[in-house]
Amino acid sequence: MNGWEQLLDSVVARFNYWVYIVLMMMGLFAMIAKKNLIKKLIGMSIFQTAIILFYVSVGVKDNATIPILEDEVANQFVQSAQNHEPRVLRNTGSPIEAKRYANPLPHVLMLTAIVVGVSTLGVGLAIVQKIYLEYGAIEENEILARIDSEDE
Amino acid sequence: MSEQYPAITLLSPFFSAFLISLFGAWRKKICLPIVIASLAISTGTGLAVLSTVVQNGEIIYLLGNWPRPYGIEFRIDSINILFVLVILVVALMAALYSKESVERENSDKLPSFYILYLLLVTGLMGMCLTGDTFNLYVLMEVSSLTSYALIAMGRKQATLSSFNYLIMGTIGASFYLIGVGYLFIKTGSLNMVDIQQIIEARGLYGSITIMISFIFIMIGVWIKMAFFPLHGWLPNAYFFAPSAAGCLIAPLMTKVGVYVMIRMMFTVFGAQYIVVHLGWTKVVMFMAVIAILAGSILAFIQVNLRRMLTYLIVAEIGYIVGGIWMMNEAGFVGSIYHVVSDAFMTLCLFLGAAVIGSKLGNLEIRQLSGLYRTMPISMGAITVGGLSMIGIPPTCGFFSKWYLIRGGIESGQWIYVGALLLSSLLIAVLFFRIIETAFFHKIESEHLHVEKRAVIIDEVPLLMLGPLVLSALIIIAVGILNQPIALFIGETAKQFGLN
Repeated sequence: MNGWEQLLDSVVARFNYWVYIVLMMMGLFAMIAKKNLIKKLIGMSIFQTAIILFYVSVGVKDNATIPILEDEVANQFVQSAQNHEPRVLRNTGSPIEAKRYANPLPHVLMLTAIVVGVSTLGVGLAIVQKIYLEYGAIEENEILARIDSEDE
Repeated sequence: MSEQYPAITLLSPFFSAFLISLFGAWRKKICLPIVIASLAISTGTGLAVLSTVVQNGEIIYLLGNWPRPYGIEFRIDSINILFVLVILVVALMAALYSKESVERENSDKLPSFYILYLLLVTGLMGMCLTGDTFNLYVLMEVSSLTSYALIAMGRKQATLSSFNYLIMGTIGASFYLIGVGYLFIKTGSLNMVDIQQIIEARGLYGSITIMISFIFIMIGVWIKMAFFPLHGWLPNAYFFAPSAAGCLIAPLMTKVGVYVMIRMMFTVFGAQYIVVHLGWTKVVMFMAVIAILAGSILAFIQVNLRRMLTYLIVAEIGYIVGGIWMMNEAGFVGSIYHVVSDAFMTLCLFLGAAVIGSKLGNLEIRQLSGLYRTMPISMGAITVGGLSMIGIPPTCGFFSKWYLIRGGIESGQWIYVGALLLSSLLIAVLFFRIIETAFFHKIESEHLHVEKRAVIIDEVPLLMLGPLVLSALIIIAVGILNQPIALFIGETAKQFGLN
């Protein structure tokens, strides 16, 4: 197998991580290189979404289902709760196979990260609005030119 | 009751922020008393926690009583309680000062200013207290978002500087989050101590994932703490911030970033990993040397007092990072001690700059002439702050530099020691230039028509002067108490496996 095929294989096998890296680079590029403040914020949004994608794909397992206990396991769990037994999962007879359920933790974390992302975007847009009211522009070089002319 | 003190320390400013949002618009006058009362409650409980830590060592507080690794825990050792108290004292001083300045600069947004103020303090304290890596990310964003908004309230270019800070700060926090993600892939845990135990038990030290995670976290934190090549956002953001917000943000934001770096290096990855498995200490020491020299030189060429102070912060971060990456006890103690003293020095000098700025309206160094005659008490306090920056006993700046130099000599980092001394020399020239202008030059300002030799004292109101004088006294007190503080920090250094 030559180098190209190996690379292609690794892209196909870890497709989700490649997508995350590409999106992240797009966002980072927009944040650093774009002169338009709104485009910078769009880049920031893409960047944060890429990280969310990364976390979500971390929680996925092959042949796994959503992390809700299936009937027989869930029934035992409810029974043990009714009998005022301590709610310890391994006491319920048939053990829960962790590999059958996707890992919910990264998904829950990303709910918080989405909230953080939304509020960052909100603060960013509010600041851009204030900049626009002050300078009448959202292009960085125009704003800087206006600041220079004010200083003189 | 007393076992709940860690939670009360954190939550008192948090809930008070909501109190202000409920009642602040109704009576603007009650905002500041609520702020001061909540910070005073936190300081009281914080001191109680400190005394418990001194007597019994580390405290573990489980939020909601969920055990590790499922719930979020507060782990309080000698370092975080020290950071929390520094945050609270600085916040109290800046809040006292803020009364006059906020009414002048942001009177229409007074309630929102204080809501953001308290949430910023909550975020900073939470970053120091929490023992959970993801929780730390959320609190980091809480403190960052509030500081973007506070800075954007400032004058002139504040909005644009705040926007640049927002972009850089988000990159930093996101890098941290990616790092935590890689750690989670490898260990399946978010609790700091748990991650350390899993890495050690499974022998993951050689793993590339762990290394990438370390790199991402370090770069993220370095952006947040303005470590030299990544400092671009800092000078403008702190220069244009409203003066009261500047007094709160400038001493604390970067220092809490330092705390996160320490916590990640020693509690999550472990000193052994960094020294034995990575072996990058030389590279980072070199970066620290550059940061020290560049920060001092950039500060040296500034003509505005406040802008000069912002570059001094960059140099001080170089000192601290260098001290930590020496990986020995003296350097570690020196760094933490320098964080404490630098927080108060920066507070003192920013308060001083704000006080002078409120009188002169302009902070160019050549216009400070004759200030010792008109504002003797303020200039006296600023002189104490300046002497501490240079490192003259008995101020705390001397003792922290003493430990840093001792650590540098013990680990053979001669370039670092040289850079530290050279930068102290530059800072000495810089402050004596200010002292000379203010002491010897004749008064040239147009609005002060003062007879030659006449003594006309024209001080600011007591509420602005009080915090400034107090912070100068704290600088001396922290210097005199150097022995117990260093011993207290040393305990944790030993726990981290440094000697």
